[in-house]
Amino acid sequence: MAKPLLEVKNLKKYFPVKKGILNKKEKFVRAVDNVSFEIYNGETLGLVGESGCGKSTTGRMLLKLIEPTDGQIIFQGKDISKMTDDEIRPLRKDIQMIFQDPYASLNPRMTVGEIIAEPLIVHNMYKDSEEMKKRIHELLGMVGLSSYHSVRYPHEFSGGQRQRIGIARALAAKPKLIIADEPVSALDVSIQSQVLNLMQDLQRDLDLTYLFIAHDLSVVEHISDRVGVMYLGKIVEITDKDTLYDNPLHPYTQALLSAVPIPNPRIKKKRIILEGNIPSPLNPPRGCAFHTRCKHAKDICKKIAPEFKEVEDRHFTACHLY
Amino acid sequence: MSQRTVREVAKPNENEKMEDIRTPFSEFWRKFKKQKTAIVAALFICLFFITAIIGPYIVPYDVAEPDYDHILEGPSSKHWFGTDAYGRDIFSRVIVGARISLAVGLSSVLVGAILGSILGLISGYYGGWIDNVIMRIADVLFAFPGIILAIGIIAILGPGLYNVVFAVAIFSTPMFARIVRGSTLAIKETVYVEAAKSIGTKDKRIMFKHILPGTFSGIIVYFTMRIGTSILTASSLSFLGMGAQPPTPEWGAMLSSGRDYLGVASHITFFPGMAIFVTVLAFNLLGDGLRDALDPKIDN
Repeated sequence: MAKPLLEVKNLKKYFPVKKGILNKKEKFVRAVDNVSFEIYNGETLGLVGESGCGKSTTGRMLLKLIEPTDGQIIFQGKDISKMTDDEIRPLRKDIQMIFQDPYASLNPRMTVGEIIAEPLIVHNMYKDSEEMKKRIHELLGMVGLSSYHSVRYPHEFSGGQRQRIGIARALAAKPKLIIADEPVSALDVSIQSQVLNLMQDLQRDLDLTYLFIAHDLSVVEHISDRVGVMYLGKIVEITDKDTLYDNPLHPYTQALLSAVPIPNPRIKKKRIILEGNIPSPLNPPRGCAFHTRCKHAKDICKKIAPEFKEVEDRHFTACHLY
Repeated sequence: MSQRTVREVAKPNENEKMEDIRTPFSEFWRKFKKQKTAIVAALFICLFFITAIIGPYIVPYDVAEPDYDHILEGPSSKHWFGTDAYGRDIFSRVIVGARISLAVGLSSVLVGAILGSILGLISGYYGGWIDNVIMRIADVLFAFPGIILAIGIIAILGPGLYNVVFAVAIFSTPMFARIVRGSTLAIKETVYVEAAKSIGTKDKRIMFKHILPGTFSGIIVYFTMRIGTSILTASSLSFLGMGAQPPTPEWGAMLSSGRDYLGVASHITFFPGMAIFVTVLAFNLLGDGLRDALDPKIDN
């Protein structure tokens, strides 16, 4: 196996909760707790999990939009987790992000051309303004918009078109890795597939690597090569897409997959209903974080956190059953 | 196959006309032109600007030359606003005074707005102790009534128009700092600022390119209203003898010199007083109109 493009080791983010008038930091929200994974060149790693499980926080930490509490982020052999803003700036060209809400992620006071030009200006990529204009028009064409759109403002576009603008901005600096934080969940279903197909086309044409964060399992199945499942700040299972969807090992993944609707009313399927609510990350359960809702829970699950280990070939999970 | 579908659907409608583009400015203009009072105020302010620029070249009389044959005369066809205790034409003096008032009002607010905006931007964007220091200083300045603060500053610097500009600028600064800080706090949390950070945009560019334009609507409204207040404060200071010195035809100084003749020749104080009143009112009404036109929540 080739060296990974991005390697994340024991990444943690604890948000302090301030209490009282003295701002004493007494408790921590464990948003991301000991997460490790790798992304290889040219692949798409899907990251799924329910709301608040820390998947977006993980994505933002990779870009250092949120400072990690602990752990390493190794991008192309360099640990970026401890770098200062100035040290990391040249590397930002290689890692770009697509945001969830295309209505909020574009500055309403800038034209589309200015928005897409921003990475080019910031990284000083074009000296000549005519060449930069050409590049902007080329980018608009790549995402299926027209060059005359560059003088318009974001509010003149539909959600799908805005997301295309967001994608064009992410592509502008010719990145290697794109972190897509729920890029289609704010869009209509009919538009979702267009944007997903566009992302796949671009990946093929431009040799991109994606970290695709989503909560929609069918979307993730469509676009990913490998999938990681997160629960309460931890990755509980990570493996190839086909393996995961055919043979999920972790009880949480099994429950999650049983909830995916099948567009055929005749098929009777066994739905695993999880009892109770997701525990608070402020006060996560001891042992395995999932034991409060797991029907296979044993005594050991309540005491010792399961190790994240390779159970089958390239199939990692954290569960005492295996 | 999938590629083709994507391209087709995204194809823009060729019939879209360029005229239909709704820029932020056209949106503003659409709402602004519905407000009759603000339009009238804006026209008056335009007139005021023109007067300020060409006034000194068109006035019928010299504003400083005494004419002892015509002292304390009431309004007539020769002297529209009458004459003062030295026989000087009050109409000419009010016209020329427009330039002084405008220069003082505009420059002091401009200095205050620039200073305040930068401080507010820094304060809101960086937060922490920088924010604390700047905002606590602003609080101290806020604690003084404006005129007292201005008197204090002039007591230190000495009387004169330039010092009035400086004093008024100082006490305009904290309000601008607060307005800009408030907007900055809101805008810096937006996703598009986060997006700019993820691209690698430097703090300075984020502050001036992404955040500052978002605070402009608040600044413009307050700026307009503040000009009125500044003209008033500058006149008050001149009235108290701390600003423009006689024989400068400053409105406040004219009021002051006419005070002794209030019983016998009230026109000496009436016309400069009206000039101050109408000008301040016009700036406030324009400010109100701008606020309504720039507020996205008000739409009719």
